[in-house]
Amino acid sequence: MTEYTFAYLDEQTKRMIRRAILKGLAIPGYQVPFASREMPMPYGWGTGGVQVSAAVLVPCDVLKVIDQGADDTTNAVSIRRFFEKTAGVAVTQDTQAATVIQTRHRIPEAALREGQVLVYQVPIPEPLRFLEPSEVETRKMHSLEDYGLMHVKLYEDISRHGAIATAYAYPVKVEGRYVMDPSPIPKFDNPKLDMAAIQLFGAGREQRIYALPPYTKVVSLDFDDFPFEASKPDHPCGLCGAQDSYLDELIVDDDGTRMFMCSDTDFCAKRREGGS
Amino acid sequence: MTALLRVENVTKHYGTRIGCAEVSFELYPGEVMGIVGESGSGKTTLLNCLAGQLPCDAGRVMFDTKTSGLRDVLAMSAPERRMLARTDWAFVQQHPRDGLRMNVSAGGNVGERLMAVGARHYGEIRQAATDWLARVEIEAGRIDDRPTTFSGGMQQRLQIARNLVTGPRLVFMDEPTGGLDVSVQARLLDLLRGLVREMGLSAIVVTHDLAVVRLLADRLMVMKDGHVVESGLTDQVLDDPQHGYTQLLVSSVLQV
Repeated sequence: MTEYTFAYLDEQTKRMIRRAILKGLAIPGYQVPFASREMPMPYGWGTGGVQVSAAVLVPCDVLKVIDQGADDTTNAVSIRRFFEKTAGVAVTQDTQAATVIQTRHRIPEAALREGQVLVYQVPIPEPLRFLEPSEVETRKMHSLEDYGLMHVKLYEDISRHGAIATAYAYPVKVEGRYVMDPSPIPKFDNPKLDMAAIQLFGAGREQRIYALPPYTKVVSLDFDDFPFEASKPDHPCGLCGAQDSYLDELIVDDDGTRMFMCSDTDFCAKRREGGS
Repeated sequence: MTALLRVENVTKHYGTRIGCAEVSFELYPGEVMGIVGESGSGKTTLLNCLAGQLPCDAGRVMFDTKTSGLRDVLAMSAPERRMLARTDWAFVQQHPRDGLRMNVSAGGNVGERLMAVGARHYGEIRQAATDWLARVEIEAGRIDDRPTTFSGGMQQRLQIARNLVTGPRLVFMDEPTGGLDVSVQARLLDLLRGLVREMGLSAIVVTHDLAVVRLLADRLMVMKDGHVVESGLTDQVLDDPQHGYTQLLVSSVLQV
């Protein structure tokens, strides 16, 4: 413990990140630039999320880290160990018991409550990026609320596939103002963005932080005749039988047998323990 | 009748060099104004100043807005100007690549302006795109193809459809026929002339091609070294040029 400042980053850096977070909370959905630091992990592994977590963690926090909903995958395990080592905080796999949850690409199934903080790892914070390559232009579009292009993307989806085929990183409009990329969560999770917990988004490589304060109105973009649909595989979970959770499809043996199971491991385990 | 656009003393300097100087004119609804001159005479600078794409050093550009009458475009806030640019105004670029989104289908290109002003019904947007493709003589079957697969003439027609879909009142055109071969040019001019008449558009057309203004423009301004040297009715200026430079310009046209 003595070799590191609490939670790895130095105090000045944490202060700078906290200021960015506060600004982000004050302007929901707005991408605040920040001076992202090098972290002892490669870009794309959650450097942004880790920096945001490091800045919000206090010694009494209980941390949970998930990767695609699971507590036991490489990314989740290594980030959890990182904070155990550098911050000495308690860790848990229990969604309800955690005060800070760092996540990659999922929102936990269990409803989050006030006082919890959900930290997202974001690869590409700019929802307009693949439509408009110029950062200067996309910033101008955000400031002028010029979002026709976002619907062009959905239009292209329908004209090519017959339905809105965007299944993850589905663009949302925050409080009727900023269009935001909710990080690559499945669109099944989009309705949950309207929640009681604080949501913070950190993009390390792109050096952006944005945030959703509790109970922020978040609307998924759509067309009148092609409304937004929070879709998921049409199966129950093969382990706990849940009908309403987001599922992963796994090949479980060498014969190609497939099984659908909850991507949220804590949710699935609790249901099985509860005997339902 | 009130002017749709009143330009007063628009001036733009690039350092100590003159881009365009003290240009004033009025444009009335349904009128097409041609601006001709050689390369470097300030035509495109003037057009970009008028369209609010280039900040100018002095002058006023008054536009007759639908809601609040004559307003100085240059003094408008950026969101207001952008709103104007996607509703009442249209800008046809010389190179379709600058005016189109090359990685978006033809239908998406036409629909973008509609979606930008709040259209949220896929079926209606698609219908409008289909109608407009037909009006600019692009087969309905090409609606889901990207402009990269189109010929130069088709790209330019698509750009026109994309700009006119919201029913603008004023169209800025920068060399709309530049880079096209003569038969394609003729077809495009024919189409433009039809659309301008049919929709009652006002337009400002910048070109170095006198044939284009002869066909399209009601009035003509001749520019040289950033100044307007002669202006008047198109036929009058072209058939009886008064200024030495205009005489040179008219006599320089090659006869086949």
